[in-house]
Amino acid sequence: MKIGVPRETAAGEKRVATVPDVVGKLVKLGFSVAVESRAGEAANFPDEAYRAAGAEVVGSAAELWAGSDIVFKVRPPSPDEVALMREGGMLVGFVWPAQNPELMQALAGKRATVLAIDALPRQLSRAQKMDALTSMAGVSGYRAVIEAANAFGRFFNGQITAAGKIPPAKVFIAGAGVAGLAAIGTSASLGAIVRANDTRAEVADQVVSLGGEFVKVDYEEEGSGGGGYAKVMSEGFQQAQRAMYAQQAQECDIIITTALIPGRPAPRLITAEMVRSMKPGSVIVDMAAEQGGNCELTVPGEAVVRHDVTIVGYTDLASRLARQSSTLYSNNLLRLTEELCKTKDGVVDVNMEDDAIRGLTVIKEGAVTWPAPPLKLPAPVAKPKAAVAPAAKGHGHGPGEPMSAKSLAIVFAIGAIALAVVGAFAPASFLSHFTVFVLACFIGYMVIWNVTPSLHTPLMSVTNAISSIIAIGALIQIAPPLDGAASNRPSTLILGMAVLALVLTAVNMFGGFAVTRRMLAMFRK
Amino acid sequence: MSSSLATVAYIGATILFILSLGGLANPETARRGNLFGMIGMAIAVLATVLGPRVTPAGYAWIVGALVIGGSIGLYAAKKVQMTQMPELVALMHSLVGLAACLVGFASYVDTSTVFPSHAEKVIHEVEVYIGILIGAVTFSGSIVAFGKLSGRIGGKPLLLPARHWLNLVGLLVVVWFLREFLRAETMQAGMTPLIVMTVIALLFGIHMVMAIGGADMPVVVSMLNSYSGWAAAATGFMLSNDLLIVIGALVGSSGAILSYIMCRAMNRNFISVIAGGFGGGAPAPSAGGAAAQPQGEVTAISAAETAELLKDAKNVVIVPGYGMAVAQAQHVVNEITKNLRGKGVNVRFGIHPVAGRMPGHMNVLLAEAKVPYDIVLEMDEINADFPDTDVAMVIGANDIVNPAAQEDPASPIAGMPVLEVWKARTSIVMKRSMASGYAGVDNPLFYKENNRMLFGDAKKMLDEVLAALHG
Repeated sequence: MKIGVPRETAAGEKRVATVPDVVGKLVKLGFSVAVESRAGEAANFPDEAYRAAGAEVVGSAAELWAGSDIVFKVRPPSPDEVALMREGGMLVGFVWPAQNPELMQALAGKRATVLAIDALPRQLSRAQKMDALTSMAGVSGYRAVIEAANAFGRFFNGQITAAGKIPPAKVFIAGAGVAGLAAIGTSASLGAIVRANDTRAEVADQVVSLGGEFVKVDYEEEGSGGGGYAKVMSEGFQQAQRAMYAQQAQECDIIITTALIPGRPAPRLITAEMVRSMKPGSVIVDMAAEQGGNCELTVPGEAVVRHDVTIVGYTDLASRLARQSSTLYSNNLLRLTEELCKTKDGVVDVNMEDDAIRGLTVIKEGAVTWPAPPLKLPAPVAKPKAAVAPAAKGHGHGPGEPMSAKSLAIVFAIGAIALAVVGAFAPASFLSHFTVFVLACFIGYMVIWNVTPSLHTPLMSVTNAISSIIAIGALIQIAPPLDGAASNRPSTLILGMAVLALVLTAVNMFGGFAVTRRMLAMFRK
Repeated sequence: MSSSLATVAYIGATILFILSLGGLANPETARRGNLFGMIGMAIAVLATVLGPRVTPAGYAWIVGALVIGGSIGLYAAKKVQMTQMPELVALMHSLVGLAACLVGFASYVDTSTVFPSHAEKVIHEVEVYIGILIGAVTFSGSIVAFGKLSGRIGGKPLLLPARHWLNLVGLLVVVWFLREFLRAETMQAGMTPLIVMTVIALLFGIHMVMAIGGADMPVVVSMLNSYSGWAAAATGFMLSNDLLIVIGALVGSSGAILSYIMCRAMNRNFISVIAGGFGGGAPAPSAGGAAAQPQGEVTAISAAETAELLKDAKNVVIVPGYGMAVAQAQHVVNEITKNLRGKGVNVRFGIHPVAGRMPGHMNVLLAEAKVPYDIVLEMDEINADFPDTDVAMVIGANDIVNPAAQEDPASPIAGMPVLEVWKARTSIVMKRSMASGYAGVDNPLFYKENNRMLFGDAKKMLDEVLAALHG
């Protein structure tokens, strides 16, 4: 089958859906690839590079659309492009079916099969390699910091130079999703002091792991809205959040906002008042500009200066790093193609049994299949794990959970019977030893549970050394004070056995302690 | 030294021994604990030698025996490699067992002991009988354990047909001969049942350990440790010596608790192990057949790629197993750890309670290689951290990282606590081949999507990883 890659027609879009490197890999999968002339030009991929990789370069868009079985695109197709599309063809790219109902109808009218990369079920770990939203968000987050640095009049990192001391820039990042995390990492590596906030408390660790500091909102509420996205928060929370943002606006030099809630306008986090309170020369990069912006003063698509603060509202951050984002995006599409073409014979199979592909497919041969039914796998997995956890508890340091009353009663009953039997038959002299024995067992029990597991081997070798206390038994047999009564004592035999026993225990005694010492000397911090 | 003075010295020694074991609660106090043990032992021996039960006639013999035995012991302790610790400990257990037998026989043939009543004589004889019985089982069992651990005897379990019946018959014969032994009029008449019992006990010891496979050795070694304690306690009863009884009980319960911990770590029944033979614990073959076969592909990785992954990681957890001990790879592991820590990577170790061939085996090896003990964590401490771990590296371990224990109720190792390495972002398993572990269970971990296999000898592969880290 032939894969076609047209030039993106949206204004300012520099990305291309397939880069020359990936062309070679698609050809290996058995496909032939056609690329519209100058498709990769804006992303610095010349036509020659495509030709060298084995693609056919086609002069016009019309020719390309007509000749391709599958079309790889970045942006959703324009009405003109849909018109060019072949009946029953296949389209892969961003579609945003919820926002573009007319486009969906037009595509369905063409009896097309459409795979919307934005409809990928992202919670499937298997799908991560195809997750273009993530890879594009990462690029945007990086670019947002670069745009901020561009508009900001100072260094990011603090320096002490002969020309004076330079304080580090303070960056605040609102929303620690993929883009936010990328922005945190990039700012931190430029040397800035990075703070971040998110309504989902579980991302705090990720923020810290990238070198940021997590700023908490002084209000208890969990903001996970399922599928890794945030949800709308309560009024009390929003109030506390506003207070926190107001404070950060005063303290920080750069604010990058990435807060988005799926299917809703972006939350207004930064008011005009807050912008006014910022230091002159500060920068705000509003990554949610396309959805209305997190800042009240954002102008989507433009960088404006308000109250001496530069507010960057570019909506094409990923496209501004076209070479990088095109490479990542085309790799995502390559992974998707591999999933579609497991046989590697250049023929795709849209397998609706596959959870990932089912989610992606928004139109199948003219029939709208969007939205896909929700995935139902995570729930049953969690249960058995919960059941296992308590069983493993108490292992190691303590005797574990207390016994049930019933088994305790049984143990006591057996103990009582055993003691009664001993008491009925044994003479008094035995009982005093028996008392010592039982108490010693309990002392051993208590002492040993305190031993740390890492010292179990030294414990064994020291108890082994201690058990050579049996030497005392041999010692008192070697030369006991004899009275005349036992004249027929086979003294030589006893002496022989006792001395041999003493030699054996001495090996154990000295060797055991010495080896324990050797081992313990090795345990160091 | 008077009798009372000797007794007081024994009390002092007892306290020192208890403190010695108590000192092992953490590595800081452990060294002092060992010192307490040595002092206690010296006090006990001196008090006995100088006490009323030993006459100066025996001094030469005693000094001679201590010098000979002591030098052998010190030499062995100096020469032994840390990877051979399990063998050494097993061998030493056998010495205690044999000494208990000898003391028992000597006590029986000693006619100088006078009993005030018939009941006391009977009790004494029962004690002799039991002391020799436990001593003999400990002796032969430890010898076989030593053979298995040092590779002189194959690690495969030897399963005789009807082995439980054999053990039961052996036990009945032993009980019957106890009756014969007690009824014997003269010492010569009593000798026959005593010797027959000893032979049966020796065979029982051999049979018990032969039936146990290599990977169950932690339980066996700690169990034999326990038996050697009980043998000492029995000897104490026999000789009416409280010090022996106390120490025997301490050692016996210590070994029993250790075996219990090991059993729990392998999800086996404690009773069936203590009784010997691992009867209920052995998985029925049909269960293995019913268990779900893991599906998917195994992804191999090279040493250089492993080094890349480690270098880029923030959190690394290393899970060592017996394979690391076999390959003597602990020093390379330490070098890699040092290198990565120098690069700011948080490297920690996760130790499963039954990793290796005796309790705490891995800790000792890592300590030998000078890995700081505060980054060596127990299973329970580290399991919760795997989701935040970038790379989990498994070196020569298999069953202790098998997810089937949690996920597949039909698996023979179902319910056994395991290290959840598959929750890490990437896990790397170093293994010589795809062969299954001791339990004979296929490991679904190998087929997980975030798992990579690094095939080859652990030492050689780790050397390559280290070289790549330097390069």
